[in-house]
Amino acid sequence: MGVKLKALLKSPWVFHMATGSCNNCDIEILDCLTPRFDVERLGILLAGSIKHADILLVTGSGNRQSMERVKRLYEQVPKPCLVVAIGECALSRGIFIDSYNCPLPIDKVIPVDVYIPGCPPRPEAIIAGIAKLIEKVKSKA
Amino acid sequence: MKTIVPIGPYHPLQEEPEFFTLTVEGEKIVSVDVQVGYNHRGIEKLSEMKTYDQSTFVVERICGICSTSHPFAFVQAVEDIAQIEVPERAKYIRTIIGEGERIHSHLLWLGLAGHFLGYNTVFMWAWKLREEILDVMEILSGNRNNYGMFKPGGVRRDIKAEDIPMVLKKIDSILPTLDMLKKAVLDDPVLQARTKGVGILTKEAAINYSALGPTARASGIKRDVRKDSPYAAYDRVQWDMIVTQNGDVFDKLVLRVLETFESVKIMKECLLTLPPGEIDANLKTIPPGEGIGQHEAPRGECFHYVKSDGTNRPVRHKIRAPTFMNLPTYKSTVINQTISDVTIILAAIDPCYCCTERISVLDTKGTKLYGGEDLVRLSQAKTERLRKEMGVK
Repeated sequence: MGVKLKALLKSPWVFHMATGSCNNCDIEILDCLTPRFDVERLGILLAGSIKHADILLVTGSGNRQSMERVKRLYEQVPKPCLVVAIGECALSRGIFIDSYNCPLPIDKVIPVDVYIPGCPPRPEAIIAGIAKLIEKVKSKA
Repeated sequence: MKTIVPIGPYHPLQEEPEFFTLTVEGEKIVSVDVQVGYNHRGIEKLSEMKTYDQSTFVVERICGICSTSHPFAFVQAVEDIAQIEVPERAKYIRTIIGEGERIHSHLLWLGLAGHFLGYNTVFMWAWKLREEILDVMEILSGNRNNYGMFKPGGVRRDIKAEDIPMVLKKIDSILPTLDMLKKAVLDDPVLQARTKGVGILTKEAAINYSALGPTARASGIKRDVRKDSPYAAYDRVQWDMIVTQNGDVFDKLVLRVLETFESVKIMKECLLTLPPGEIDANLKTIPPGEGIGQHEAPRGECFHYVKSDGTNRPVRHKIRAPTFMNLPTYKSTVINQTISDVTIILAAIDPCYCCTERISVLDTKGTKLYGGEDLVRLSQAKTERLRKEMGVK
């Protein structure tokens, strides 16, 4: 494991991006930061800029307007960077699979490391997903 | 000298993507423009591809925070076509779920407003309190956010009698904290200085822009679908419409906090007087016709229009979310304010861009905007051209 990756896992900063979601997953991500779940105690912090982030949280079914922007954002993240797809829409476009405006699932556009299913996933599931991501990276190294 | 300040589309200010263009002269805002479309999923078209029962789940996913409002209005539109009466118990259950959503939505807004003003304590307190309401909703419906409780003709899930005491206890337990939060927020001198007289929407402007919901009520307009044309169980319980007069951010804040108390009152009364009986009218076929459904969502009136041709799918489904009407009020509230107040003014209408998403088709130069008729004409012209090229008559 490189020094960068090792440092990243100690306190992963996350950046959240909605690519055409219904808000629910986004609200649940914010919920993780509030007193009941409080992920800050685990060193996870919501970063204001993509350039400060280690983990990219992607929600939503990815519509035509946002697809280009997802690519551009991914190019801007300092590497190594991990990507987590949150919610059924980001996994497979869910209920919006037939929509004219949702051409591709997220993992066809950028590489995804961990998938968290649910509509919306509970905050516990999101925290467990991030924990599994860290485990996965550690076991690979 | 004029300067353009772009905000967005992906910014930490709000969880949804949207793009604001603020033109400023020094500190003062001269003009504002908002560009949406980053969330467009084509819900109306999707809904026309699905059956009435499936559409209820599609409209639930228009917006995560209003995940009761849209199905509420949609099922009422379908029932309007079928001209059926919903069982009394189902009406009460609908009201309980609708008000639960209002409480959590207003608390969510209060938290975000606190965060925008730099009061992260308010954010943490309000969201901690919101968790209790989400627990209540989980007991009642089985899920924290997308409840899946509605179906044309009734509700999908009954409220168990043994759950009611626990729910009432949980609702009562949040009241002291809510009261404390109300006092702490409303008596805070700094908070008053930041929000009083900021972003005023006058009564005339509110009428001209056809503002809805809390945005209109904060400007002194008595407009609430629950009172004006009662549906579900809203005419069977005692509650007051909260109206404040000044139209500034502080009044919107006060209004939402007081409305939360009213919602608690409605929810408690409905739970205590829940009538026995059926929960589903067993709606089997939808006759041809048109119907409308209205529901007072946390942000204002949510309106659905459904047209049926007698099959199991709607031929046309039109949705108008409250933010669509409230968004243009920015033209009145943001102009001549300082740039440091913009965040809270933009947030004051509790905007929900997921609900509001529209799509517009531009030509390649980005100058001509195509409407529905233009697109049909273009499509017909293409068929005509192909027909000529292929030599088919």
